[in-house]
Amino acid sequence: MASKNVLLIFKQNIMYRPIIYRLATEYGIIFNVLEAKILPKQEGRLILELSGLEEDVAKGISYLEAELVQVEVLADKMHRDEERCVDCGACTAVCRTDALAIDRPTMEIRFYPERCVACGLCILACPVKAMSGISIDHDNEI
Amino acid sequence: MDSIPIQRSYEEINDKIKQGKAVILRADEMTELVASEGVKSAFKKVDVVTTGTFGTMCSSGAFINFGHTRPKIKASNVWLNDVEAYGGLAAVDTYLGAAQVQDDDPLNKVHPGQFRYGGGHVIEDLIAGRPVKLRAKSYGTDCYPLREYETTVTIRDLRDAFLYNPRNAYQNYNCAVNLSKRTIYTYMGILRPNMANATYSSAGQLSPLLNDPYYWTIGVGTRIFLGGAPGVVSWRGTQHNPDVPRGENGVVREGAGTIAVTGDMKEMSAEFIRGASLVGYGCSLMVGLGIPIPILNEDLARFTGVSDRDIVCQVVDYGIDYPNAINRTLGEIRYAELKTGMIDVQGKSIPAAPLSSYPMAVKVAENLKLWIRERGFILGVPQVHLPTTHFMAP
Repeated sequence: MASKNVLLIFKQNIMYRPIIYRLATEYGIIFNVLEAKILPKQEGRLILELSGLEEDVAKGISYLEAELVQVEVLADKMHRDEERCVDCGACTAVCRTDALAIDRPTMEIRFYPERCVACGLCILACPVKAMSGISIDHDNEI
Repeated sequence: MDSIPIQRSYEEINDKIKQGKAVILRADEMTELVASEGVKSAFKKVDVVTTGTFGTMCSSGAFINFGHTRPKIKASNVWLNDVEAYGGLAAVDTYLGAAQVQDDDPLNKVHPGQFRYGGGHVIEDLIAGRPVKLRAKSYGTDCYPLREYETTVTIRDLRDAFLYNPRNAYQNYNCAVNLSKRTIYTYMGILRPNMANATYSSAGQLSPLLNDPYYWTIGVGTRIFLGGAPGVVSWRGTQHNPDVPRGENGVVREGAGTIAVTGDMKEMSAEFIRGASLVGYGCSLMVGLGIPIPILNEDLARFTGVSDRDIVCQVVDYGIDYPNAINRTLGEIRYAELKTGMIDVQGKSIPAAPLSSYPMAVKVAENLKLWIRERGFILGVPQVHLPTTHFMAP
């Protein structure tokens, strides 16, 4: 079994198609909605955890792209600038998935991109702007 | 200040440092030594304990003299990268505050504002050697006729650049929670409603003033690590207050002592001085600061042996109480508990996150240790003591 957290961006022209239904029924993908933001008639953003056989997940993602859904694999999208990060821990106050977590007792901050759901709160919380990437809220993007 | 018993003098310690024979430990290492061997043995073995902290300290800033122009200007308004600096000083002197926000920043008009660039960032840029745009205005005088001046400078072009921080290294600080029903954006970070999380900001057992709770060795003239360069304690800090509740070990249970510090920015490193943006709150400066504590007597060995288990802070609500100046504590928490990442407040278990960097604090204390050991960094004898309170031996 493979599991990937993805951000799906549905532009206006495809917003109301039953794409996720087909992803589940035709590709056998188990999905878990982690976050969703829908601006009616403008754009929809959806963060899903996709799991299934590795082959099926890959096929599912190809299907989404064929339907013109913009697919961002979150583990590849959020980035920490190691030079900027000072290991203060402010990001861990807001990270809900422990993608940013403290190693004890060194108190160093570890980043686990595969746990990230790109909520973007770390970008807001980081005092030295060490975090960057794509997120469900446009405002948090840098 | 009451005179303290001296079992080992500054002269003795400085002689040992010059001869390369001084024994120096970081405060966290001293904690382990005192725990395993006891105070008497630790006193006999150790000459100096180095402390460190690295956190956001808003009461920071820089005195800059940008050198006389031709013709001369009496700069009354000054901007560095469009961040206004105070010009009400002699001709080309100016003071840049860390919390000053760049002109035209939207501030909190769309809440929470991001405060991307301010005085703290200019200070970091200067120390990193990056070019900075300097702009000055004047009304013109017979001796200083120039009315406008604009140029690009790096720190090398500046006549003087001194970090002058009126309040740093707070001896202990609050643990913040939010009892209101909305998310708040504070200088203590992002706090979720209904007390869903907590933040704290102290290096605890490594923190300078928590290791010398009565300021016996930290006073005006104490030589310190400031932003990667040697600096000094220049006065007591603003809001310095020794008269707060203390534990049996003498350690303050809430914010208490503070220090004003000074150092030469031209010698500093941007690794230890960082501009900071606090969402919804403003701009600031992260400062790396360390103080060596001479172990003059057994009490100082015991003080520097303090552990996170023996230091408490107050849990304060930043949703309703703090902004309304309601002095109320929701309880006391030990740093050892805070550092586990989960704390219990009024029967509720909540996650706690640090805002000051412990790994950087260790780095500061370690650097200071190396300076003393390998570069003969001599300890300064305080010339004026900070206001303190009577020490009751337990």
